[in-house]
Amino acid sequence: MSDAQDVTASNRKGPDSGGSAARMKSTIMALGMLPVLILLAIGFHLMTGKFLSVNNLSIVMQQASINVVLAAGMTFVILTGGIDLSVGSVLAASAMAAVSVSLIPDWGLLGIPAGLAVGLVFGLANGCLVAYLGLPPFIVTLGSLTAVRGVARLMGGDTTVFNADLPFEFIGNGSLFGVPWLAIFALTTVVVSWFILRRTVLGTWIYAVGGNQEAARLTGIKVSLVLLFVYAMSGLLSGLGGVMSAARLYAANGLQLGQAYELDAIAAVILGGTSFVGGVGSIWGTLIGALIIAVLSNGLILTGVSDIWQFIIKGLVIIAAVALDRYRLKGGART
Amino acid sequence: MTRREDTPLLEMRNISKTFGPVRALDNVSLTAWPGEVHALMGENGAGKSTLMKVLSGAYVADRGGEVLVNGTPVPTGDPKEARARGIAVIYQELSLAPNLTVAENIFLGREPSRSGMVNRARMIGLATPVLDRLGVDFGPDTRVAGLSLGERQLVEIARALASEARIIVMDEPTTSLSSRETEKLFDVIAALTAQGIAIIYISHRMEEVYRLSDRCSVLRDGSYVGTLDREELSAQKLVAMMVGRDLSSFYKKEHVATEGQRNVVMKVADMSDGRLVRECGFEVHEGEVLGVSGLVGSGRTELARLIYGADPATSGTVWLNGEEVTPRSPREALERGIVYLTEDRKALGLFLDMSIQQNISMCVLEEDAGTAGTLNFRAAASRAARAIKDLAIKTPSAKLNVGALSGGNQQKVLLARLLEAKPKVVILDEPTRGVDVGAKSEIYRLIDALAREGLAVVMISSELPEIVGVADRVLVMREGRIAGEVRAAPGRPVQQEEIMTLSTGAAA
Repeated sequence: MSDAQDVTASNRKGPDSGGSAARMKSTIMALGMLPVLILLAIGFHLMTGKFLSVNNLSIVMQQASINVVLAAGMTFVILTGGIDLSVGSVLAASAMAAVSVSLIPDWGLLGIPAGLAVGLVFGLANGCLVAYLGLPPFIVTLGSLTAVRGVARLMGGDTTVFNADLPFEFIGNGSLFGVPWLAIFALTTVVVSWFILRRTVLGTWIYAVGGNQEAARLTGIKVSLVLLFVYAMSGLLSGLGGVMSAARLYAANGLQLGQAYELDAIAAVILGGTSFVGGVGSIWGTLIGALIIAVLSNGLILTGVSDIWQFIIKGLVIIAAVALDRYRLKGGART
Repeated sequence: MTRREDTPLLEMRNISKTFGPVRALDNVSLTAWPGEVHALMGENGAGKSTLMKVLSGAYVADRGGEVLVNGTPVPTGDPKEARARGIAVIYQELSLAPNLTVAENIFLGREPSRSGMVNRARMIGLATPVLDRLGVDFGPDTRVAGLSLGERQLVEIARALASEARIIVMDEPTTSLSSRETEKLFDVIAALTAQGIAIIYISHRMEEVYRLSDRCSVLRDGSYVGTLDREELSAQKLVAMMVGRDLSSFYKKEHVATEGQRNVVMKVADMSDGRLVRECGFEVHEGEVLGVSGLVGSGRTELARLIYGADPATSGTVWLNGEEVTPRSPREALERGIVYLTEDRKALGLFLDMSIQQNISMCVLEEDAGTAGTLNFRAAASRAARAIKDLAIKTPSAKLNVGALSGGNQQKVLLARLLEAKPKVVILDEPTRGVDVGAKSEIYRLIDALAREGLAVVMISSELPEIVGVADRVLVMREGRIAGEVRAAPGRPVQQEEIMTLSTGAAA
């Protein structure tokens, strides 16, 4: 026992004597992108003078919330080494379903489960193709990106569906003790995701499958079930995203809603330090990543940057994040 | 064979090669004369491939080693230079591009061209006489994808000839050939040597070595053992040279396997996968260590994976304590009490980004879990703590990433994971591969302890001294079948020579 403690002591000495470069690397790995988020927020406040107001922060949270929910689902998928490109289209189809069902007199609240169910069904379809037919996730979800978009347009006869008396509009526009419901939904999603990933057997299996799929199979892990679950989860959360955006807009349009949302979700996950190869990452990182994207969008608008430049800057930030991902992997235990 | 010339075509002098602390080659010398077939034999890991990689320029020889072609030195570690000096290696896994034609493959990377355009007519014109020399019955325009493995090998040889190779190394060339194709290859070899080309022929098959070689050199544990001339060749001599005589007391064997009185724990019958494993069957008793020997590619790992349910079998049954279980997935095997230690712990075993504790408890998470599948950290921690103590895993903490451990300790973590599943049968595939000597002997002690506890242990190993030192009984596999069984008798351990004879198919 004392032997082991000696080793611990000498090990603790290791990183300290390892020079400032190593120390900086380990600090970057531990803190992730949080300093970037804080610096961005302070920077925008200094430039505009109004970024850090309660009112604006509430707007940022609302803007971030749907992407947080989508990115949480995306985190599950990317942790297994996969990808879900269909989240934006699934969100649109779910929103269409939610608004359409909400128009049923007296039963309008059924719009919520309807939206969630549509998302879950598409997620399960993706999951079956990946888990049981062994098709590459990129191809499967690229296909459903297009196909589900078509379904979303079909659902409303390619028009916008409205409901001015949406029974669940509070989700989109109300707040509880001053906190927008959208933000509460997003945060709850993050906490539940964290619990699944870090506190359940299933969560450990997700990391195991992403870390080494063949080893996971040989260890008796139900790999297909894990894969099915992550795509189903991503679909379900896209459905939730659909309900949230329907509630915010009182309307849904199968063609326009959720266009390119998958890119923001993926960007949030990667910014949050989840490795594209799978097996490494955390849901808190994803939350920070999604907040960085929201802060960037909001701050760039406040500073009056044209939306053309917003695209360019956001794109460059994503590339910089992937570069950072490489740097982190190199510095990690797996050399 | 002509030996009238003064300088050999190829001379490798005092070649050593170290990888970190491992000495893969120790002062090995080899010569080849024009028109000679020089066979190279040795156990798996004896250093044959390393030596050939030095020859082909893939590795730099350690200081003091020299490669000479026609008496002039060739710098090692430069594949281009080696090729230019007439050295060509034909590897087991052929390196042709199947989507290209024969002629394109022959001139791959050095296409006859004018101002950047490939001169197709000239390429075919150059390839045709080379193919004629080999007497093949396909043309230079044939696509390689349509050729058999034997024909592809001839394309490889054609490629060597087209680059004017004079020393051709063939690494187990007949492994995947039919007997007709093998005959064809032997004819080609005879034709090549008649043209003054030297062949270095690596093989495990005695009959081929008898038939082809003018001389045969043997390596063991990276050292040169000796060379026999054609008239001195005999199976007994070669096997004795390959095996050596140093049985150390390194192996621990305290468990007593008293056969006959012990129950059969696992019985396997008629196991096949339609490719590499053919109708294999055996029994293993409680408290017994059953060794499985055989050359690389003889189907040992494949058989183990079939029993474990990791790959689909075309036929075969597994009984455990008399009950038919035949696992169809690793999960089923684990539930029944069969565990399998993979030969490649990094690629197929460990989760390198996870902690030691997570790795150890991975198989039993569900068993320990609370309602709704929540993780039981306390159970995992106590399992890890016990395993770290019992298996003497050297680590400051169970929370450390397993990737940070040494090979031996990683292997112990993997073993610990399997033992947490409370197995009845433990299948170990090369359990001491890539671990240091100290950890090796600890793993032997652990295997012995498992047998004493009454478990049935199946140990696959390429190291003959290890398998002889640890196992009570050894199955020998050859070409996907169980070629025979070697038993220890009272006062007489399992004999390495018998294993070698069975695995090479030498008529003793």
